[in-house]
Amino acid sequence: MHEHPTAHAQPGPATWVRVLILLTIATILEVLTYVFESTLGVLTAPILMIFAAVKFVLVVAYYMHLKFDNRILTGIFAWGMLIAISIFAAMAAIYHIYGQPLLTP
Amino acid sequence: MSHATGHTLPAGEHTVTGISHNRLLMWTFLASDCMFFGSLIWVYFAYRGRYFEGPYPREVLDIPYTSVSAAVLLLSSFAIVMALTALERADMRGFRGWLLGTILLGALFLGGQYYEFTTFYHEGLTLTSNLFGTTFFVLTGFHGTHVFIGIVWLLVQWLLSLFGKLTPAHVERFFVTTLYWHFVDIVWIIIFMLVYLMPY
Repeated sequence: MHEHPTAHAQPGPATWVRVLILLTIATILEVLTYVFESTLGVLTAPILMIFAAVKFVLVVAYYMHLKFDNRILTGIFAWGMLIAISIFAAMAAIYHIYGQPLLTP
Repeated sequence: MSHATGHTLPAGEHTVTGISHNRLLMWTFLASDCMFFGSLIWVYFAYRGRYFEGPYPREVLDIPYTSVSAAVLLLSSFAIVMALTALERADMRGFRGWLLGTILLGALFLGGQYYEFTTFYHEGLTLTSNLFGTTFFVLTGFHGTHVFIGIVWLLVQWLLSLFGKLTPAHVERFFVTTLYWHFVDIVWIIIFMLVYLMPY
């Protein structure tokens, strides 16, 4: 058996429950943000993105064990995410330049 | 025995990186799937708000209903990580219980999506009714397909464990399955926020 000396302490059920509680709270706050959309105005979109990002990171870091796993795997996944976001940003910029910004009603 | 959360390779496997081949392959696949869903989300956004005829999103989307669906999928992520922990601890009874829970929650989500799709259909929203219908059904339909594949995969693992073909010695194999299932969950986190909750 081949074992690396950099192995981290392994989380257990207590950690999974804590993450689930945080995910539930973030989801409730997300829905409340939607409910109070008219009050929050332009802040609604960034607030929703922050809550989604928190949920995303919690699942990837803890449930998918990326926080405790080899850094190469983080790099591979981040690379895929980066390309996806870059294409999205580039296309959004092109739409903006040609006078058709995203999110228009 | 391999440990899913540590940097330990399964017995007999030797790699340059110290990462098992299956794990490396799955993460590479998930990175490519990010690009796949990224392109689908992009197409949804490119046409968002440019619908010439109804039904419009705010007329058909049921946020309370979808919020429960999102919670169900999050709960399934918790259930599968508990199944993994049970397998690592050689608690096969607990493993099968949590895994069955994950499968049922996944099926509940998929059933909910089927109900949502048929409701939309009866309200006049189809794949060809307008650009919202096309982009919405393609995006959420591909996600649903991923969930379906995940359920079949988990069901196979559950049956294998029932016949003693999946044991604590196969933690690494099951861990790779859990990665796929969690990915389906994080994609829904993004879709739920961008498609359902984002203001128009």
